Amino acid sequence: MNGLVWARRRRTAARFWSQFRQNKAGVFGLVVLALFVLTALLAPVITPDNALSVTRPPGSPLDGPSADFPLGTDRSGRSMVDMIIWGSRVSLTVGFWATFISIAFGTLFGILAGHFGGWGSSLLMRVTDWFLVMPSLVLGVALAAVLGRSLTTIIVAIGVTSWPTTARLVRAQTLAVEARPYIERARALGGGHLHVMTNHVLPNVMPIVLAQTTLMVGSAILTESTFAFLGLGDPTTASWGATIQAARDVGAVSSRMWWYILPPGIAIVLVVLAFTLVGRAIEGVLNPKLRERR
Amino acid sequence: MSLLEVDDLTVTYRTAGGDVPAVRGVSFALEAGQKLGLAGESGCGKSTMALALLRLLPRTARYTGEIRFDGEDILTMSWGRLRAVRWAGASIVFQGAMHSLNAVQRIGAQIAEPIRLHSKATEAEIRRRTGELLEHVGLPARRADAYPHELSGGQRQRVMIAMALACDPKLIVADEPTTALDVMIQAQILTLIESLVAEQGISLLMISHDLSVLADTCDRLAVMYAGRIVEEGPAAAVFGDARHPYGRALAAAFPRIGDPASRRRPQGLAGDPPDPADLPSGCTFHPRCPARLDHCDKLDPRLWPAGDDARAACVHVLPDKGLSLVAKESA
Amino acid sequence: MADSALPTAPVPQLAQSVRDRSGVRRRLRYYGEKLGGSLVSLFAVILTSFFLFRIIPGDPVRTMTHGRPVTIEQQEQLRREFGLDKPLAEQFWSYLTGVLRLDFGDSFQFNRPVTDLIGERLWPTVLLVGTSVVISAALGLWLGVRGAWNHGSLSDRVNTGVALTLWSVPSFWLGLILIVIFASGAGWFPTSGMESTGVEGWERIPDVAHHMVLPLVTLVAVVYAQYLMIMRSSLLDEMGSDYIVTARAKGLRDIIVRRRHAVPNALLPTVTLIFVNLGFVVFGAVLVETIFSWPGLGQLFYSGLSVPDLPLVQGLFILFSAAVILMNLLADLLYPVLDPRVRP
Repeated sequence: MNGLVWARRRRTAARFWSQFRQNKAGVFGLVVLALFVLTALLAPVITPDNALSVTRPPGSPLDGPSADFPLGTDRSGRSMVDMIIWGSRVSLTVGFWATFISIAFGTLFGILAGHFGGWGSSLLMRVTDWFLVMPSLVLGVALAAVLGRSLTTIIVAIGVTSWPTTARLVRAQTLAVEARPYIERARALGGGHLHVMTNHVLPNVMPIVLAQTTLMVGSAILTESTFAFLGLGDPTTASWGATIQAARDVGAVSSRMWWYILPPGIAIVLVVLAFTLVGRAIEGVLNPKLRERR
Repeated sequence: MSLLEVDDLTVTYRTAGGDVPAVRGVSFALEAGQKLGLAGESGCGKSTMALALLRLLPRTARYTGEIRFDGEDILTMSWGRLRAVRWAGASIVFQGAMHSLNAVQRIGAQIAEPIRLHSKATEAEIRRRTGELLEHVGLPARRADAYPHELSGGQRQRVMIAMALACDPKLIVADEPTTALDVMIQAQILTLIESLVAEQGISLLMISHDLSVLADTCDRLAVMYAGRIVEEGPAAAVFGDARHPYGRALAAAFPRIGDPASRRRPQGLAGDPPDPADLPSGCTFHPRCPARLDHCDKLDPRLWPAGDDARAACVHVLPDKGLSLVAKESA
Repeated sequence: MADSALPTAPVPQLAQSVRDRSGVRRRLRYYGEKLGGSLVSLFAVILTSFFLFRIIPGDPVRTMTHGRPVTIEQQEQLRREFGLDKPLAEQFWSYLTGVLRLDFGDSFQFNRPVTDLIGERLWPTVLLVGTSVVISAALGLWLGVRGAWNHGSLSDRVNTGVALTLWSVPSFWLGLILIVIFASGAGWFPTSGMESTGVEGWERIPDVAHHMVLPLVTLVAVVYAQYLMIMRSSLLDEMGSDYIVTARAKGLRDIIVRRRHAVPNALLPTVTLIFVNLGFVVFGAVLVETIFSWPGLGQLFYSGLSVPDLPLVQGLFILFSAAVILMNLLADLLYPVLDPRVRP
């Protein structure tokens, strides 16, 4: 790729950022996300070594907020603050990996179906339709039940059931891109299928995939918390959903231990909302029709 | 008193990037029963003009000047009065009738809607009137039950015309009424508009990028460029002997009907119309002008008498080519 | 289509009937295709459920009894019951015919036919989910219309913000919070079950309604945002259209332009979404029903999951999927009624 192309891409990126910046909600979402990512990365540094230990917990079980434990302790005597910090790792990991699977499959199949057309494409779209029709949560829950309880299962379940949405979007975008004259030119100049798909279609499909990605991470995190709450996650990971489930199990609801129930839920809402806001902001920049008008 | 008098009208859109002037001081008059053609490239402000006449622009638009219709100023009248003038006083035939008709309503209902609103007719009378209107524009009355997508482009445009006639208006504004149609249909629609307008003594303001179409239909022509009228006069004079280089280019182009390329750029004229947010200094046409003089980027000429009953905004029609004006300004 | 300015001659009777017949054929074809597509999807779901629960884990009996004290004899017994000693094709055939006869086998934990259990639990779910969909659709559409019409205003921004935030809330967590607020404190609303014991006759209606308040609020809160956002953006799209300018040019009041022209057009995509969502919401009720001990299908599914009670989970899996397929089909059939452009 030559310097001219890179210069153009850089300009595009700069323009993108200057438009994104005008969306206050999107910037807010980005800041929240940055904070959560930082927290997740620094979790081992900012929490004590025995933060997650059930056998040597730092405090006594089910204590209310105190100076030592600003949000109290859970049923094993672990600090709720540390639980939330470690939970962000689980949520973000699941969110990113599930989305990665979903986007990778969705983009691959979407571009293939859009590029080649014919009966293979119809078959592929038929399969997508079928996945779309199946309630993904049901399929996910069934998969998780069958494959056993672990983080990987949840990631696979979410990824496998959410790729069809991406595939449809990418296929539509691929068809739109391939209708442009320069694709014709690339073909006339002897560009093969692979060349056209990777050098021309992919760069034009990526922006829409980016918006889709951010929106999807949010819903993947929401789904993860649901799975964890349904008891399908790895019982030993401190996911936010699992923490809420644990709180319910020990009767935090009836004894009104708000510090046990509120924080993990608020954390989920914040992260999901942040992803949603960023995704909408990106969408707004890419699709001026969605931008506020008149 | 003229039926329609537009006096120094400006329309400015307020956007996040600052104010964008779309119409910059337009004045003209239209007598009862007269047909005026307004020509110009896309983006010169002519469609904004059409919508401004009934204050139909989005909320971001700001108006100054006066639009006197039948003696009343449209820009200052109350909302209630304005709604009464809309359609009953002046109606509009929009371009692209596919999108200008509501896709999920039967066309009969859409034609009947303004009649019901502006008259006290009974339902039976309204139904009869709708049928009459359809037959008037050459469609069988039973087509009232059709949906827009069941009609051809030409038929839809006929529906638009029937709709425009529904309340016996004094003025019809036709905004590119034939743009989306092919040549044969275009001619049919133009003939239809011409005959109906003549028959009922309605004034017509027809807007098009196609000077030849306007010259055929209208009594007078006005040419717009960058939000201003740069040439105005009797149709034959403007079309045959334009004094402004832009008017000349438009007339010489004889744009082929239905060819989108000629719509954007008249033949033989380089460059694009200027961005309204970033207009050139002096005469806004000077960067593209084949007859530009050295001082054209300094002097912004206003309309000036140019021949019999015609006016043009060009240094070439000014006494001593406007040099004295430039000298006076710089002094 | 030819554009004719000539007065049209009356259409001959013959031509008319020929056109009608081809129209009928086209319509039949459209409905046939939609119906066929749904049947294919349904078959795919049945196929999936068969393979998902029998093939992937290797030994379904071990999966079923995973973590439960079961003797070898009991496992053998289960294998025979499931016909696992027979060839795969034969197994599938008996499974398929069973499903078609609505026979999903017996539940492990209840020792009763899954079909009976589903029959008992169906109506509470339909009541809860149906009511929630009606309310959230009405609320979402109303707020969406208002938002689009005054878009950019303070109330629009607040409404959109609230909706997006509520959309990000996990429904189970919101339910728990509501219980914390209402359980021991005010006691305004019951937090568990569908009816109080000892209430008979007509008294049951207000009693059930009273029990339904909290689950309903939870479901509506997390669902209505979608309708709001779709309606809002769809109406914003319509408001920029040319026919809206036409309607305003006719001298109609803004409120009439909105009600008569913009909203009916903007409703088209939204209605489809509501129908498609309806199928999913049934499953979405799993969490809410579990939290509030609402005796519906969702709670049944949860109890099936925690055992795990595979015949039960399998039956509900098919039922939930079938609900989505059915709603998609209904949306496909309803759309031409609403939009003359896609009328076959």
